[in-house]
Amino acid sequence: MTLDLELRGTSLRYDDGTEALRGIDLAVPAGTILGLLGRNGAGKSSLMSLVASLHRPTGGQVLVGGREPWERPDLTAQVALIGEAAEGGTWKVRDALTSAGYLRPTWDPSYADRLLDLFEIPNVKISNLSRGKRAALACLVGLAGRTPITMYDEPYLGMDAPTRYAFYDEVLSDYMVHPRTVIISTHHIDEVASLFGQVAIIDAGRLVTYDDTDNLRSRGVEVTGPTSAVDDFTSAAGLRVLTTRRLGGTKAAVTYGELTEAARRRAADAGLELGPISLQDLFVHLSTPQPEEAAL
Amino acid sequence: MNQGTPVATLDGRSPIYRQIAEQISADILSGALEPDAQVMSTNQFAAHFRINPATVAKGFQQLVDDGLLYKKRGIGMFVSPDAPQRLRARHRERFMADVVDPMIAEAHLIGIDLDDVVDRIHRRRQDDHR
Repeated sequence: MTLDLELRGTSLRYDDGTEALRGIDLAVPAGTILGLLGRNGAGKSSLMSLVASLHRPTGGQVLVGGREPWERPDLTAQVALIGEAAEGGTWKVRDALTSAGYLRPTWDPSYADRLLDLFEIPNVKISNLSRGKRAALACLVGLAGRTPITMYDEPYLGMDAPTRYAFYDEVLSDYMVHPRTVIISTHHIDEVASLFGQVAIIDAGRLVTYDDTDNLRSRGVEVTGPTSAVDDFTSAAGLRVLTTRRLGGTKAAVTYGELTEAARRRAADAGLELGPISLQDLFVHLSTPQPEEAAL
Repeated sequence: MNQGTPVATLDGRSPIYRQIAEQISADILSGALEPDAQVMSTNQFAAHFRINPATVAKGFQQLVDDGLLYKKRGIGMFVSPDAPQRLRARHRERFMADVVDPMIAEAHLIGIDLDDVVDRIHRRRQDDHR
């Protein structure tokens, strides 16, 4: 089962006056794997806490399957927010999982057992687990819970690379058998980027970009060549220049925008090189406020 | 059943659906995937390369639109019988623009007379015929 998710002009201001989110409009279709990207403090966790009904929006709406989840247990049971590390202090792992199962109608106990083996989590007190194992346990709860909307808020902290990749593989393979809406916030962008069907970038509480991952990737292009030719081309093609670097008479401009076939030919004729940039680089430039010119 | 083993990994930069289409095309051209051979399913491909299945489906759809793959409902995707010919024809069309034109530009840039290039081509052809 899957559910869609919509934020309409959603804002969140904390009691201390911090504006965490400022008028977010975001419609996530059911069955999407969404990458939620943003710098520290951009508002990723605040956004997810609204979807999980940990906070109530101070402006606008959050809609889960078209309805506001606030104080509706039938809806909040359809949403899971997985934080950095499992808590549960003196509980033993298996007891904690049993109680996690009680809370989630869609819980799959045999899948949970398989994941315990896969992530090599021993049945000890949770407080005695290493940080990495606690992170893996949290991810396990997200996977085996099979909630229609499952959100992972930087789940990888303390997890080593093999465990992270095992986690990504499970997210994907389980999603193919049991489709659901998955939201992942992460700083390891290039590791998971290919999992994302959609990417949302937030910066200082505002939604900067929301697009199909491949569309977003194809909109980021690095144009390299003689300085004046690069400048002429980027302005004629109407590309937004995110950042530039110069070395003598050569300039490299990281640009963002639609590039037509005709424009690509013009670039080739002008002796310019067009190169792709990674989603991680694109994110870095899109969330840096001002284009700056730096020497190479 | 030949499932065509993918060898290269995807680079994570250019649109992934296009890389998928290019990789399967390369397998068809090299003969690793023969006409009427079944291609890996969307889900197998997604799991193997750790890619969102919707992205894989988009890459496969492009190959179907280009006439390189065909679908058998409920069974999977197969290589079109004339896919190798289509690909060769497409690459022939691009050969002049992609290979010859840049070579001419490079020759101009470093001051090599095009007559020398033509001579070289003639000599190589004679060698090949010998």
